[in-house]
Amino acid sequence: MSDADLKTVDGIACGDAAVLESLYHDYFPMVLHMVIQNNGTEEEAKDIFQEAVIVLYDKIKQGNFELSSKLKTYIYSVCRRLWLKQLGSQERAFQDVSSYEEVIPVEDDLAKHRETEVQLSLMEQALDKLGEPCRTIIHDFYIMNLSMQEICEKFGYTSADNAKNQKYKCLQRLKRLFFSTR
Amino acid sequence: MMNEQDFIVQADRFLNGEMDSSERIAFERYCEGNPAAAEQLATHRLFLQQLKHHADRAAFKSTLTVVADRYHRPNTTVAEGRWEPMLVALWNRFKVNSLVAASVAIIAVFSTLWLSGYYKTIEKTTTNYSALRRDMNTVKQNVNAQNAVIRNINNEKQKEGQSEGHFGATGFIISPNGYVVTNYHVVKDADSVHLQNTKGESLRADVIYIDPTNDLAMLHISDSAFSPLKTTPYTFKESDSDLGEDVYTIGFPRDEVVYGQGYLSSRTGYAGDTTAYQLSIPVNPGNSGGPVIDSRGQVIGIISGKQTGIDGASFAIKAEALLKSISAIPMDSLASKLTINRKNSLNGLKRTDQIKKIQEYVYLVKVY
Repeated sequence: MSDADLKTVDGIACGDAAVLESLYHDYFPMVLHMVIQNNGTEEEAKDIFQEAVIVLYDKIKQGNFELSSKLKTYIYSVCRRLWLKQLGSQERAFQDVSSYEEVIPVEDDLAKHRETEVQLSLMEQALDKLGEPCRTIIHDFYIMNLSMQEICEKFGYTSADNAKNQKYKCLQRLKRLFFSTR
Repeated sequence: MMNEQDFIVQADRFLNGEMDSSERIAFERYCEGNPAAAEQLATHRLFLQQLKHHADRAAFKSTLTVVADRYHRPNTTVAEGRWEPMLVALWNRFKVNSLVAASVAIIAVFSTLWLSGYYKTIEKTTTNYSALRRDMNTVKQNVNAQNAVIRNINNEKQKEGQSEGHFGATGFIISPNGYVVTNYHVVKDADSVHLQNTKGESLRADVIYIDPTNDLAMLHISDSAFSPLKTTPYTFKESDSDLGEDVYTIGFPRDEVVYGQGYLSSRTGYAGDTTAYQLSIPVNPGNSGGPVIDSRGQVIGIISGKQTGIDGASFAIKAEALLKSISAIPMDSLASKLTINRKNSLNGLKRTDQIKKIQEYVYLVKVY
């Protein structure tokens, strides 16, 4: 992988907006062209590209990210695969979409991406069912790393112990919701 | 054995790296000695990972959405950052104005040219061919003006009538029962056609056949005042005449019959037209449709036009074309039979005598 691609990968890993912007700038026109040439609209191209970026993100997040090709080829391959699948599912006609760019197999990555998607949608459902204020307490404690004292003040609990109890109950409930939906 | 809540608190601290080394060792020992606790710790760790992953991904998605929106929103981020050359900026600003101005200019130029008759002039000068029908509008307008003064009637309908075309030309008998030939350009767009003979009698005529390619038109005198004539004194010569042949014509370039004399100067007409002759003979507007007769009294052609800007280049349609055109007339549609005289009664006569005989058969064609 080139230095520029490595930089982009790092940027994606930490969700750098500037890097994402240049990603759009560099690769979106190519994907737009491919989709439009094959029976698609601009809106569909946008969705496809966004999903491809998330696929890339998932792959990077799994750690020890390595690419045998250029980032451009990878993105193109993912978009092409996604678009073919969408066309197939809607039984829409497509012409040959292969000739424009070099293509590498991305089936494994897409499968992993789908798996992650399912897993996280379970978490999403569980969090939705959990409701407020539990959701925010959990988020503040585990993601934002706020101390119990801060949470206690934020939610107006009489003591930190009270807040701790509340947090524990919320966590237990979330776990139950999460594991029961599996 | 600690309770579950305390254990989770400990586990959180352990996983967050908030424990000091002694606490850490104690906690690890506790887990080693207690398989249930170890399993609980593992589950808790995995769960938190999942939770964290979800949060990260949600954050990433929302960033991505923001970026995508900013990228797809046209001309805000992109246009702001890009510096355009002044010329381009000016062009963008005044593009519409300049396009409108340009189209107005184009329309103005061409409509002015059209209104001023520029294209007609071009057409005239490029063809050089002038059909010899006489425009009598000026005369008519004068007459009408006089009438208007005399009668002092200001009638709208009469005014409309004045604007109509009014042309004069020549025509001659081809069959004694009232068939007359003249040029197609004479009777084109005609409302009505009248023929006036040398005695001044005016007779109404109908156009019965037109042949625009040869510029010929056949008329039939439909007036009851017309009495059939004797057979035409002249005949029609089918074969080509020779160069230098002495020819003359009789026509109406004015209201009186006019004789003109000349010779055949070329076997082809305007721009190499093989169905016509070129003659060197003085002709003027009004001579159109007049017969071209050789010294033996045979009609060899019909005056049709002349070339402007060249002296003595008049053109006559060959009699051969006339005969062909006559034979193309559907005979069924004719009121009476069209007969062409084969016996020439002019041969050997003096020119003046020939003319005396012929002029009865030549008419002034008046077109309204």
